[in-house]
Amino acid sequence: MDSLQPLFEQLFGSEWGIPLFQLIKNLLLIVAIIVPLLLAVAYLTFAERKIIAYMQVRVGPNRVTFFNIPWLRGWGQPIADAVKAIMKEIIVPTGANKFLFLSAPVLSIGPALAAWAVVPFSPELVLADINAGLLYILAMTSLGVYGVIIAGWASNSKYAFLGAMRSAAQVVSYELAMGFALVCVLMMSSSLNLGDIVAGQQGSSFLNWYLIPLFPMFLVYFISGVAETNRAPFDVAEGESEIVAGFHVDYSGMAFTVFFLAEYANMILVATLTSIMFLGGWLPPVDITPFNLIPGMVWLLLKVAFMLFFFLWFRATFPRYRYDQIMRLGWKIFIPITLVWIVLLGMVMQLPENIRQSFPLNLWFN
Amino acid sequence: MNLQDFVFYSLAGMTVIASLGVITLRNPVHSALLLVFTFVTSSGLWLLLEAEFLAIALVLVYVGAVMVLFLFVVMMLDINLDQLREGFWKWFPFGAVLALVMAGELAMVLMSKQFGSENISAVVAKSADYSNTKELGRLIYTDYVYAFELSAVILLVAMVAAIAITLRYRTDKKSSNASNQIAVSREKRLRVISMPAEKKD
Repeated sequence: MDSLQPLFEQLFGSEWGIPLFQLIKNLLLIVAIIVPLLLAVAYLTFAERKIIAYMQVRVGPNRVTFFNIPWLRGWGQPIADAVKAIMKEIIVPTGANKFLFLSAPVLSIGPALAAWAVVPFSPELVLADINAGLLYILAMTSLGVYGVIIAGWASNSKYAFLGAMRSAAQVVSYELAMGFALVCVLMMSSSLNLGDIVAGQQGSSFLNWYLIPLFPMFLVYFISGVAETNRAPFDVAEGESEIVAGFHVDYSGMAFTVFFLAEYANMILVATLTSIMFLGGWLPPVDITPFNLIPGMVWLLLKVAFMLFFFLWFRATFPRYRYDQIMRLGWKIFIPITLVWIVLLGMVMQLPENIRQSFPLNLWFN
Repeated sequence: MNLQDFVFYSLAGMTVIASLGVITLRNPVHSALLLVFTFVTSSGLWLLLEAEFLAIALVLVYVGAVMVLFLFVVMMLDINLDQLREGFWKWFPFGAVLALVMAGELAMVLMSKQFGSENISAVVAKSADYSNTKELGRLIYTDYVYAFELSAVILLVAMVAAIAITLRYRTDKKSSNASNQIAVSREKRLRVISMPAEKKD
């Protein structure tokens, strides 16, 4: 692809040709990430319906198929759902602020997709290999809450607004615990670059992954991730039995679907980040021949799928938290745990060199 | 004009227009949202200066946390615009004098010898592996450690004060305590007794 650069320089001059070439190249790379991601989102909804159905001794979607192939029954369901959503009318409520009402879904899916720019899929395969990658991810995930707040306010409805308040308060609370858990990760790896974080977990086996020294942080991060994405058992924002879908109660058609897509895109993002920061990203679980021949991206995708299964499993298993219990878990349990672990980790890092080089510690601190 | 200039002028233009909107729009929610937009475009300007840590921290802290809480409050206010505009002309002279004093102070600071492009060395482009974050961390924890720790303590004091002001213990409050609920044991709730079976006469 880089061979096209001289052509651009000829066409637009050396001053504009190079940036223009970079722009077009990056746009193509972005499309190459976003399209598989959106496909994964579509099929995650299908997986969710199927998995929860089997957990509840049902069958799940089993009708829509491609070209009448019998063993693909059900696999056309996400596509059929998408077509249905596109066909539906987008109703803008009277008294709603039209511009904000329609920009809220965009603001909610935009950050969810933008965060993928720094995610490394394998040692070479990353769109933007920036130094402050982890910080960028935190910033992008914290922007997602604007979609929720603006949707609730712009709908000009009390129910939507109440749902937005609940959801936004929850997201802001759990962001703190999430950020502190990530502080531990960056203390371990002494880098904000996601590629370096994975490289820091390189070793002979899964014992070198940050999962083991940072196990409580792994739990805190993942549970906070579930709460951030407003998934069951933290889905009081949606609360079907109480406030009926919360902040997006007034949305219909594709505008509603975009919120839905953003939720699933965020789920995949949280699962990917958990795999990268605690489960060794693209690294194989054991660094011996049959395993390390498999490309790193396959391992990453397997780990992501494994973490995503937990999201669906949680939804089928746990009853919904009460709102004060959610806040208690975030503020009174997770944040103290993370603070204690940061101090402990700092103390371990200040231990004398010979203790850090002895057996269990030398796996992670080197 | 190259691409960098183009990005700079569009970001700077958007920042100026959005910040004008913050103080001129009538609806406070719109003002707050434009303030958010101003933060985002300013962080874009900082990115152009290769200050990526500060740029992302601005988005993370101000856009992601501070402004969300700000929007919360502004959205829940029931604002009557007519009531707000009442007495505008009565207080106008006072406000105008204050504004003039502020403008004078700003001018005195900004037009002093410390500012201006001739006093600030040009931004030197660093190589891609130069870590802005590491450099900033080194400066904060070595050269400026006292100032940094002092501001941290001031913020902590403010936080403790805010919590102390809003914290109220009420004895007549009827709410469940989740810690007590979790800590309950079978022995506290249930008594298993053994008694002989009774026969129906």
